[in-house]
Amino acid sequence: MNNFLDLLVGTVTQGLIYALLSYGVYITYRILDFPDLTVDGSFPLGAAVTAVLLTNGLDPYLTLPVAMLVGAAAGLITGLIHVKLGVRDLLAGIITMTGLFSINLQIAGSNMAIDRATDTIFTAAPTMALFGGMSLIYRKLIVSLILAIVFKLILDIYFNTKSGLLLRAVGDNSVLVTTLAKDKGSVKILGLVIANTLVALSGAVVCHEQRAFSSTMGTGQVVFGLATVIIGTTLFKNLGFVKGTTAVMVGSILYKACIQAAISLGLPANLLKLVTAVLFLVILVIGNRQKSGVNSNA
Amino acid sequence: MLELRNIVKIYNPGTITEMCIFQGFNLTVADGDFLAIVGSNGSGKTSLLNIICGSISVEGGEVLINGENITKMKEFKRYEKIGRVYQNPAMGSCPNLTLLENMSLADNKGKAFGLRKCINKARKDYYREQLSILGLGLEDKLEVKMGALSGGQRQAVALIMSTLTPIDFLILDEHTAALDPKTAEIIMELTDKVIKEKKLTAIMVTHNLRYAVDYGNRLIMMDKGQIVLEKAGAEKEATTVNDVLHIFTEISIECGN
Repeated sequence: MNNFLDLLVGTVTQGLIYALLSYGVYITYRILDFPDLTVDGSFPLGAAVTAVLLTNGLDPYLTLPVAMLVGAAAGLITGLIHVKLGVRDLLAGIITMTGLFSINLQIAGSNMAIDRATDTIFTAAPTMALFGGMSLIYRKLIVSLILAIVFKLILDIYFNTKSGLLLRAVGDNSVLVTTLAKDKGSVKILGLVIANTLVALSGAVVCHEQRAFSSTMGTGQVVFGLATVIIGTTLFKNLGFVKGTTAVMVGSILYKACIQAAISLGLPANLLKLVTAVLFLVILVIGNRQKSGVNSNA
Repeated sequence: MLELRNIVKIYNPGTITEMCIFQGFNLTVADGDFLAIVGSNGSGKTSLLNIICGSISVEGGEVLINGENITKMKEFKRYEKIGRVYQNPAMGSCPNLTLLENMSLADNKGKAFGLRKCINKARKDYYREQLSILGLGLEDKLEVKMGALSGGQRQAVALIMSTLTPIDFLILDEHTAALDPKTAEIIMELTDKVIKEKKLTAIMVTHNLRYAVDYGNRLIMMDKGQIVLEKAGAEKEATTVNDVLHIFTEISIECGN
């Protein structure tokens, strides 16, 4: 029974950490209507930067803002490629993602483990002062929960600022944004920057949690993000008072739970990505079924 | 004042489908004018509006607003002084945002979109007052999503939104064409009311000859990128739908339609 509880706590923690990534995908896919594949590169980028900084003795908390800045730069590059060079949205993301793979290798090599003696955000002194009485897995849960909620609230506030409203308007009707005398390209770039900031943060926290970086950890993260966004928004679409960010957070936890359940039931790890792909297809089709009949543009 | 000088516009230059729509086109619209433009499909009406707004580039000539050359100015920059209502009612607002959010967006045109709260509660009464001009009861639907409103309601809101902040020109691009006859009538009357109340300079492209004759102080008919008929002031007052229709039919017969 204790084992099951540990597994549950671990799964929810995963869901909360990856919810940060899902917020990012929510911004690009749901709000901007931009399928941003940069995620597969900016997620490990955040982890790579964090792994190197932690190993070199930077304060664990400071690794997070640094990773976010680097993620922002990745988003900026995709945005500039798309808006200034006129490359299609999907391709712009693929270009950045591909380039980042090499950059991540340059930063951290193909694999990097963080020494047991090195403190992470889950073991550093301030965290211990607050939650030292708990065992590590509960400390991970509570720190992840705080991060997921803080960034959810920041986003909720941001969406209700003028800048946030303009961001939502671009995905909804970009022609209107132009007639409001605003450059829709700049707004898109801003959205991509914010999104990849969150994605890289998610990668950074995963690095803290796993004490490791791997160059392949980004593979499939876009699909994960899209799936959580679709699960979340489909589940709560009839409950207008549930914010998109909340829905996506729940989606992320549910998705991680499904995968964990599959593994616990004996799914070989080698088949994980295949199951992920099929699961995503099923979610996509169900999401589309529910959408048909409602013309989103009418 | 808006001036178009020697405008040259060629679609697909250098290809087999090359088509020259304007070859030295000139037009001046004075402040306070309400200009109606009619003409058959392909006569260059919408191209003209797109050239004014910068939605398409020109191969030659100049566009001037109040003497300032804006030919090279980006489209979004030009909209600081221009409001536009499109044929498609969906183009004028954001379907997934509420009416209040849409009004707030429009109200912030020309200002910075920073980190202040998007909804200014103090402005709500002003929005209500503006929407009440329409007489459609929309002032009580501020929390409703735009997508839930009818095409006519959305077009009415688009009209209010595009004229909420001070602008030099209002561009109406067949803005009644997608509406049923009764709604079109209401929108057209509202348009006239808004233009008069806010003392706007307006350019309206329409396929409805009666609207072109009944509204505005100036009328031009276009054909193959040229002005083939122009009536202004008292002369326009005296023009009837039949006069315009007569010329319109003549052109159409020449073209073989």
